[in-house]
Amino acid sequence: MFNELSLGAQTGADMYDIIIIGAGITGCFIAREMSRYQCKIAVVDAENDVANGATMANSAIVHAGYDPEEGSLKARFNVRGSRMYEEICRELGTEYIRTSAYVAACSAEEVEKLEELYQNAVRRGIPVAYVSTEEARKEEPALSDHVVKVMELPTTAIIYPWETATALMEEAVINGCDLFLANKVTSIIKDNGGYQVKTNRQMFVGKLVINAAGVYADQIYQMAAGKKIFTIKARKGEYYVLDRSDNPLVKRVIYPIPSASGKGVLAVPTTHGNVLLGPNSVFTDDKEGNDTTREGLDYVRNQLMKTLRVFPANKVIRSFAGLRASGEQHDFIIEESDVCEGFFNVACIESPGLASAPAIAEYVVNELILPKYPWSVKESFKRREPLLRVNKMTPEEQNELVRMNPAYGRIVCRCEQVTEAEIVEAIRRPVGATTVKGVKKRVRPGMGRCQGGFCEPLVVEILARELGITPQEVLLDSEKSLLLTGETKEVGGEQG
Amino acid sequence: MNEYDVIVIGGGSAGIAAAVECYKNGCEKVIILERDKELGGILLQCIHNGFGLHMFQEELSGPAYAQRWIEELGKYEIAYKVNTMVTHVNVDAHIAEDAAKAKSEADKIVEYVNQAEGYVRIRGKAVILAMGCRERTRGAIGIPGYRPSGIWSAGTAQRYLNMEGYMVGKRIFILGSGDIGLIMARRMTLEGARVLGVAELMPYSNGLSRNIKQCLEDFDIPLYLSHTVTKILGKDRVSGIELSEVDDNMQPIPGTEIYFEADTLLLSVGLIPENNLSEEAGVILHPKTGGAVVDEAKQTNIPGIFACGNVLHVHDLVDFVSKEGQEAGRNAARYLRGELKSEKGFVTKAGSGIGYVMPQKVNADNMEETVEFMFRVSQPCQNVSVSVYRGDTCIKKVNKRVLLPAEMEKVKLDKTLLQSAEGDLEIRIESRGVIG
Repeated sequence: MFNELSLGAQTGADMYDIIIIGAGITGCFIAREMSRYQCKIAVVDAENDVANGATMANSAIVHAGYDPEEGSLKARFNVRGSRMYEEICRELGTEYIRTSAYVAACSAEEVEKLEELYQNAVRRGIPVAYVSTEEARKEEPALSDHVVKVMELPTTAIIYPWETATALMEEAVINGCDLFLANKVTSIIKDNGGYQVKTNRQMFVGKLVINAAGVYADQIYQMAAGKKIFTIKARKGEYYVLDRSDNPLVKRVIYPIPSASGKGVLAVPTTHGNVLLGPNSVFTDDKEGNDTTREGLDYVRNQLMKTLRVFPANKVIRSFAGLRASGEQHDFIIEESDVCEGFFNVACIESPGLASAPAIAEYVVNELILPKYPWSVKESFKRREPLLRVNKMTPEEQNELVRMNPAYGRIVCRCEQVTEAEIVEAIRRPVGATTVKGVKKRVRPGMGRCQGGFCEPLVVEILARELGITPQEVLLDSEKSLLLTGETKEVGGEQG
Repeated sequence: MNEYDVIVIGGGSAGIAAAVECYKNGCEKVIILERDKELGGILLQCIHNGFGLHMFQEELSGPAYAQRWIEELGKYEIAYKVNTMVTHVNVDAHIAEDAAKAKSEADKIVEYVNQAEGYVRIRGKAVILAMGCRERTRGAIGIPGYRPSGIWSAGTAQRYLNMEGYMVGKRIFILGSGDIGLIMARRMTLEGARVLGVAELMPYSNGLSRNIKQCLEDFDIPLYLSHTVTKILGKDRVSGIELSEVDDNMQPIPGTEIYFEADTLLLSVGLIPENNLSEEAGVILHPKTGGAVVDEAKQTNIPGIFACGNVLHVHDLVDFVSKEGQEAGRNAARYLRGELKSEKGFVTKAGSGIGYVMPQKVNADNMEETVEFMFRVSQPCQNVSVSVYRGDTCIKKVNKRVLLPAEMEKVKLDKTLLQSAEGDLEIRIESRGVIG
């Protein structure tokens, strides 16, 4: 079907059928879908872990699809994606909780807008109902007195995006996909029937390229096309995280009425009993500029006071910011390039990107790739073994585990009750953690109220042992994020 | 299910002292559950001097102070388990309904886990909470900026340095003048790092005066009062911090920003009693101390559950932690003998100028010959008197030259004096010479 790739053969570069640039949620979904077929796939990402860009920092919601503009790709893929997630998470053995959501209107004007959203939902076949404010307040006592009308979207769900992305990539990898992290793409050259993708570390040659590079997808496309065809701007969203509680501030997602800049500032329960409060929406020129700001966090706090009665400042354990990949046309770009054959853009995946990702992958694979490049299905598709959820087991099951592996009896993270065995497992699995943050994303030590104050030295020790490196070589996250600067009495720092 | 007279949660200075004291007072089956690999708690990473002046009239290092207590513990048949994490504390409601039955039948259920035994449940007639405290984090105080490596609470950096043998940085800035921060400023300097400065949000230091002198002044480390870190720079590793002056409302003043090229930011911005287990058990916490609301016996709202040390309220000196542990231990033994009653009593209140008073209530029938009240002032004051009232009657007045929030104060009152008037007990700061 293809010509031999001349330059690849000459340079000894790794040869692939498909190179996916970007190991965020979209890249992971596409990799896992394509790994069902008899093609050789490489996933390349500049970051030192999967799910480290927009997938790292977002609201973690599978929106029902009530608010994207009629006729948009966002509306189409969100509605479809929201219907796919539950089964996918069951297959993967990852968190999926259908929490439901309230959309809360606070003025006559907003009530009108709410009715439009209601009609949207009905038209799209999304379950929706108005609930009385009395009932809503009974269910969600944190709702403010400003709220005058409430619409419920019962199919709204939450997931644990890092776990979902990692699990997807894990299935891709056990089905033959190769993952290359810390590989920043520096050039893409169209070669005889394919592409040479050069990174800071090595060269890949692929017949097809899928550009799922998040905020950098415009630059990646420019490398291949030779000119800038679309532009992506980073749009920052800042959040507060509240401490875990058996009785969290909200049980459902609480949406305000959306505005031109997005869904607005939300209150979101998480799969592990925390609550996220955010985001704001601010364009930034720096595509790495995910710093939090006083202004941004103050804005979140002020906006929340519209829909919520209180801002529980004493429950805040962390704040963070993420960057959305915003395109000028306000919609996703999902198409094969018309100037570079075999180069597929999956770009501008801002909200509702997480909710849409499975449907985007389904579309890219079944409607864009396979009709033109008909790889046949592999005979078998291997499933991942879900992580054990030790703290959800019965005491008998827990004790059986400890008997077989005593490391299940050593709790390393007291806030989130994570055992040493779970951390070791997170490191040893395919797509295993190699950094402190990687461990935290997979099994949660450091996510709790002490923010790693007690467990970080222990996690560093376990990482060093498992990876066969010294504690000084252990990274927080990126390759430049060393934690320890030396051994005692050999610091060699400045004096005076 | 194994049964104990007293289950002590935490094998640090409070827990060891409590266990020893309840054993000495007649409790036979006592067990300490400790999460770390050895007894001693946070003392083991405090290798500086200054411990034991009150308890042993000697100046010891943290590990040496802990060793004294571990040796003391070794003299008695007190069980302890290390590498053992307590996961739940509950009260068996069926038994607890009948107070007399509760004391004889062990109505407290403690679940722990360790590698040798797995998940185990034991019963105790009394439980002593001695879990210590944790450090306040960057997230809790909301410093904006990036989230690179190079940001630690001072205690975590202390653990890396003193227990694991690693340095966390070369150019250090410290936010917060709490004692651990001050101690770490000196420690990092002695290890060859450059400590660029210590900033304190308040107009006064939050550490002990002796630490300001010995850890900062002696090493020419500048202390920036009424300043805070307003931005963390550096995407991978800390590359610097922005420091701003704050106004009277502790809000940063625009235009006062100064920058420090630092690779590390240590935080010493407060300690929080570690009460997750207590809360789960139904123990009521005090909003100011973050620890349990207790009576003079250090007993919480749940009969037979006691609290002592930093899990009850954050102390400055370990000697008083041990002493509080002893009190809790002695009273747990009294509880088992049926000597603690709670029919009559009075509450204590923090009056003007006082941050909190501990204990929060006193049971008139239980009082020993003297009752000690601990308190902190809410701001520094000079040449004042500390007045203790019951109702409208001033029962005690002590003149003080200097009082600092960083230094815990105590007033010891005789039982007879306490009984000399009626009503709530209130401690107030009054200007000297003013008649209450």
